[in-house]
Amino acid sequence: MNDELKELYQQVILDHNKNPRNFRKIDPATHTSEGLNPLCGDHVYIYLDVHDGIIKDISFQGNGCAISKSSASIMTAELKGKTLEQAEHLFRQFHDMVTGKLDDPEQIEQLGKPAIFLGVRDFPVRVKCASLSWHTMHAALHQKDTAVTTE
Amino acid sequence: MTELKTTAATTLLDIGKIREDFPVLRQKVHGKPLVYLDNAATTQKPLQVINSLTEYYSDYNSNIHRGVHLLSQKATDEYEKVRTRVRKFLNAPKTEEIIFLRGTTEAINLVANSWGRTFLKAGDEIIISEMEHHSNIVPWQLLCEQTGATLKVIPLNDSGELIIEEYKNLLSEKTKLVSVVHASNTLGTENPVKEITTLAHRYNAKVLIDGAQAVQHFKVDIQDIGCDFYAFSGHKLYAPTGIGVLWGKEELLETMPPWQGGGDMILSVTFEKTIYNQIPYKFEAGTPNIADTIALGAAIDYVNSIGIENIARYENELYQYAEEKFLPIEGLTLVGTAAKKSSVFSFKLDDIHPHDVGTIMDLEGIAIRTGHMCTQPVMKRFGVPALSRISLAFYNTKHEIDLAAAAIKKVIEVFS
Repeated sequence: MNDELKELYQQVILDHNKNPRNFRKIDPATHTSEGLNPLCGDHVYIYLDVHDGIIKDISFQGNGCAISKSSASIMTAELKGKTLEQAEHLFRQFHDMVTGKLDDPEQIEQLGKPAIFLGVRDFPVRVKCASLSWHTMHAALHQKDTAVTTE
Repeated sequence: MTELKTTAATTLLDIGKIREDFPVLRQKVHGKPLVYLDNAATTQKPLQVINSLTEYYSDYNSNIHRGVHLLSQKATDEYEKVRTRVRKFLNAPKTEEIIFLRGTTEAINLVANSWGRTFLKAGDEIIISEMEHHSNIVPWQLLCEQTGATLKVIPLNDSGELIIEEYKNLLSEKTKLVSVVHASNTLGTENPVKEITTLAHRYNAKVLIDGAQAVQHFKVDIQDIGCDFYAFSGHKLYAPTGIGVLWGKEELLETMPPWQGGGDMILSVTFEKTIYNQIPYKFEAGTPNIADTIALGAAIDYVNSIGIENIARYENELYQYAEEKFLPIEGLTLVGTAAKKSSVFSFKLDDIHPHDVGTIMDLEGIAIRTGHMCTQPVMKRFGVPALSRISLAFYNTKHEIDLAAAAIKKVIEVFS
């Protein structure tokens, strides 16, 4: 495998793809949203249970490529127990990292597990795959009614 | 015997020499020689086509149908000559039945807007099929919303062929139009368009054939098919983007109102009454895509110089070779196994998402299409969110198929 490929499809990413965490529906959820990537047919639903400004539970369902599925899985694991402010901050940081606007290694490290998607920035057409679940989560928290698309 | 045939077909076309005509194929991507297998999305352009554009813009760029000066005359001549070449290419009866448009999508929209809005009413029915490209679905849905007509869909069998018995059941006195694809961009299926047309005509329904994936792969004779409209795109026929053709029967085109107003489509304009131009100009409002139309002519000349029958034979041989190489790969499932199909190999690979397949193959230098291919109903029919598609052109080689097979195996390795 060449280096670019290894960076994109790291073992952790492949593992989350195979065994996604929090792959279920929360019912009833306080916040939900649907995300679509029309280019490749990625389709994700994000469910959140938020109380007192804290994400008590977060989960996802849907189908998509390895990058989008593992990103959703890793995101849910990371955000569980976080405050809404922290979630908002991580959303911005993640977005800036995959689009190449965030370069500071320390700040990237503070992202926690999602930092593993740093390599996605070398694959411009795959940035949407990694960020779809984040955008959908963000839309759910902001109660946007229409489905999120990456187009 | 097969061996002999293979050799004969191969020697008929000098692929090495043909490839020299396509500058884009000479490059490396990600450090690997480009293997372009996304030809159903768009084809590459030979130098003959590229040069015709340069020549037009360097030597005689001018507006057509409206200048008395030499350049305008030359541009008009070259533009109109292409109409004759398209007529011969499709074996259409009359040159004035050839309308230049942006592509297949615009051609279908023209028929929906001009013919459809004029002649369809509530209660009428339009028949399409489950394998249609979105461009042969959505214009009819819009038309149905506007007129109250209803859309009926011919279902597919598990091989990806139209179920003709079901089609017969759908046909009735209410059927006003049947619009189906000649060859499927996703399944490769070549539809029995002649039979479809004959059956529709029994009910006096009109027939539109979407030839976007047909004209570049095999000989199309629209008089033999007997259809009423035929559409194709230049860019899938080695010509530039932004140019396509609608052919329609003269007597139908004569009854249809213009769908866009402007220059070139009129004979005289007063505020009281405007008299429309004759066909085809009635449907070509405004300055058309002159350069790309002329380049479409160059593309047709190029295809003719190789011979469409030779292309069909070689591509078929290449497709058979692709099946031989790809089908034994464990975990790979071919979607679209019609008895009659051409040039398209769409597949599933275990539970690996096509988007991942596409990225990994790209890193090996291999360009393929992944996604729903603008045929979401086909994805639904076969129970997949998306597919990976390898689509062939006559400049592809068996060696490239071997490289693609190796790349598919690499994808499996990454996910194992």
